[in-house]
Amino acid sequence: MDFLELLINALIAGVLLGGFFAALSIGLSICFGLLDTVNLAHPTLIVAAAFCTFLLNDVFGLDPILAGVLITPVFFVIGLVIYTAYYQFFEKNSAEALRGLAFFFGLLFITEVILIMVFGVDHRLVNAAYIGKSMGMSLGTIDVSIPYRLLVAFAVAAIMTLGLQMFLDRSFFGRATRAVHQDMMALSLMGVDPVAIKRIAFAIGLGTCGLAGALMIVVIPIEPAVGRLFIGNVFAIVVLGGLGSISGTLIAAMILGIAESVVSTFFGPSWAPAVSFGILLGVLAFRPTGLLGVGDTR
Amino acid sequence: MIRILANRMRIWLVAGLVVSSVVLSGSFINAAQAQKGPIKVGFSMALTGALAGGGKQALEAMKIWRDDINAKGGMLGRQVDLVYYDDQTNPKNVPGIYAKLLDVDKVDFIVSGYGTNLIAPAMPVAIDREVVFMGLFGMNNNKKWKYEKYFQILPAGPDPAVGFSSNWFEAIKSFKPKTIALVAADAEFARNLKEGAVTNAKRMGLEIVYNKNYPPKTADFTPIVRAVNAKKPDIFYIASYPNGSAGIVRALAEVGSDAKAIGGGMVGLQFAGIMAGLGPNLNGILNYDFYVPEPTMAIYPGSSELIKRYQEKVKTEGLKTDALGYYLVPWAYAYVDILGQAVNAVGKIDHDAIAEYIHKTKFTTVVGDVEFGDNGEWTESRTIVVQYQGIKNNDLGQFAKPGTRKIMLPEDIKTGDVQPFNALR
Repeated sequence: MDFLELLINALIAGVLLGGFFAALSIGLSICFGLLDTVNLAHPTLIVAAAFCTFLLNDVFGLDPILAGVLITPVFFVIGLVIYTAYYQFFEKNSAEALRGLAFFFGLLFITEVILIMVFGVDHRLVNAAYIGKSMGMSLGTIDVSIPYRLLVAFAVAAIMTLGLQMFLDRSFFGRATRAVHQDMMALSLMGVDPVAIKRIAFAIGLGTCGLAGALMIVVIPIEPAVGRLFIGNVFAIVVLGGLGSISGTLIAAMILGIAESVVSTFFGPSWAPAVSFGILLGVLAFRPTGLLGVGDTR
Repeated sequence: MIRILANRMRIWLVAGLVVSSVVLSGSFINAAQAQKGPIKVGFSMALTGALAGGGKQALEAMKIWRDDINAKGGMLGRQVDLVYYDDQTNPKNVPGIYAKLLDVDKVDFIVSGYGTNLIAPAMPVAIDREVVFMGLFGMNNNKKWKYEKYFQILPAGPDPAVGFSSNWFEAIKSFKPKTIALVAADAEFARNLKEGAVTNAKRMGLEIVYNKNYPPKTADFTPIVRAVNAKKPDIFYIASYPNGSAGIVRALAEVGSDAKAIGGGMVGLQFAGIMAGLGPNLNGILNYDFYVPEPTMAIYPGSSELIKRYQEKVKTEGLKTDALGYYLVPWAYAYVDILGQAVNAVGKIDHDAIAEYIHKTKFTTVVGDVEFGDNGEWTESRTIVVQYQGIKNNDLGQFAKPGTRKIMLPEDIKTGDVQPFNALR
């Protein structure tokens, strides 16, 4: 395997891995980026969705992605409930800064405990026709192999990102959500209830956990605490992409995915986190608002 | 005649007094011991987090031991209580837990949680308090400390880092390898293991063509496997934790490898959930183990019965833990059993005397006879090498029967011949 073959395979693996990272981060981009809600429990709720996927796959033999589609509305409803509680107890009283943070910390721990009580602490994996196999192809003299599980993760993440981007750009609700981020008072004066908008936007962000959880268990084995490993990554991606920018989140995820894959291939995997966070610091030094962020217009 | 009868009565009276005084003094001693309350054995355990799959089964095994020893009269005539806290598989939590166990809970003995990374931060506390410290699956934790009251149950021999993989390197000799690649998780246990593997590789005269660590939160292992493949090693040694082990096995299934032997120190492949999840992807992996359901494992008397009791406990109590328990149950039972045997033999809570007794004694346990060397490690290595063979699907039941994890070494319990990785794919 020569250098070029390794490089091309690393780049493809990085793009696919970036798709997976984007799926994990996209909901947080809405909750944190657009709504200023520091939802630390987001990765753990993705793990909860992954366990639901496991259950549907194990008991009913459902394909993990189909299971993810089915549980997405459930997580949408959970999002409505969580935001309502968060608003009533913290945001309404302007106590969202520190106490709100504590609320999401608490939610993280409670979710983990519930998962441990229901599913135990064992690692769980799912099986599907596309897991453990790869698509091989030749580009001239270069052999490329693409793991189907990462390809599926990438495709689903791309559809999620494009769908959300179009929804936020072209629908009234999407524009209202951006308006909430920019000027809540002006939105109220136009007769729109900003709290209702925020509640539904938060629920959409949390709804993405359904599909992201399905992708998580397709890509990696899960156990109740595995979400903690991704807290740093998902927040880094949202900040790097630019707060509230869906397409920025996708690009940032790709950059970190490619960086991780290429560095792992050529310099050793232990350098990958340093390079990824080095990129984050470098970008923020020159573009404090992130790659596609427009800054705080309030 | 009357005098003779009087003498006999006097003798009976004296004998009766002696017997009753002995009985009563025994009762008083028992009553006094009972007043002291139970003997407390304290420890941290990974009940959540990445190693909880092992930690939970270890805890259940320790509870079985507690019930067994209490049924036999306990330690020093006192009942035994286990006092434990979840360390969340996080080394940062460990020193605080042991300080609390000793200072607040006032435990009589401490034993370690599961695994090298969680034993290491407890060592300074045990040394500072000068107490006996039993370790559960520690890899060379006492190398720098040389603490004379530390003993651990991982059967890796007097030089554990090297002894752990020595049988594995013996097993691959038939491939006549020339080159080796090594990958390890960036954690204490895996790094120690890889260090030992490097020593064994050098002894065999193997050229090391790749030697890297990976961070624990690595999500995709295909770049690592590709980078290793690019070096075309004959042998691929992996020292990994559960998430990494499963990820690497999946990446191997997707990318493939021409190495003749792959595996070595992959933790987690012994856990029921991971074995069932990976199923046929495991075929060909050559890995370490300590107990597998092969007929030759009868050399550990009592182990299979203990495992059956554990499996029954899991079923009847509906425990959310490893359904099989082969990996840790016998060892977690044995390490506290040795402590119990030693305390009862010494007859008092004297940590110096107990440590001295453990050093000079050969213990009979469910994992066979155990002797400890000066550094608290086993005097001989009893790590077994297994190869995953003939796995057809994801049914967990197949892993409870002989044949899916055949023993390659040691010779005296061998149940199969090692085959090249790709011959079993």
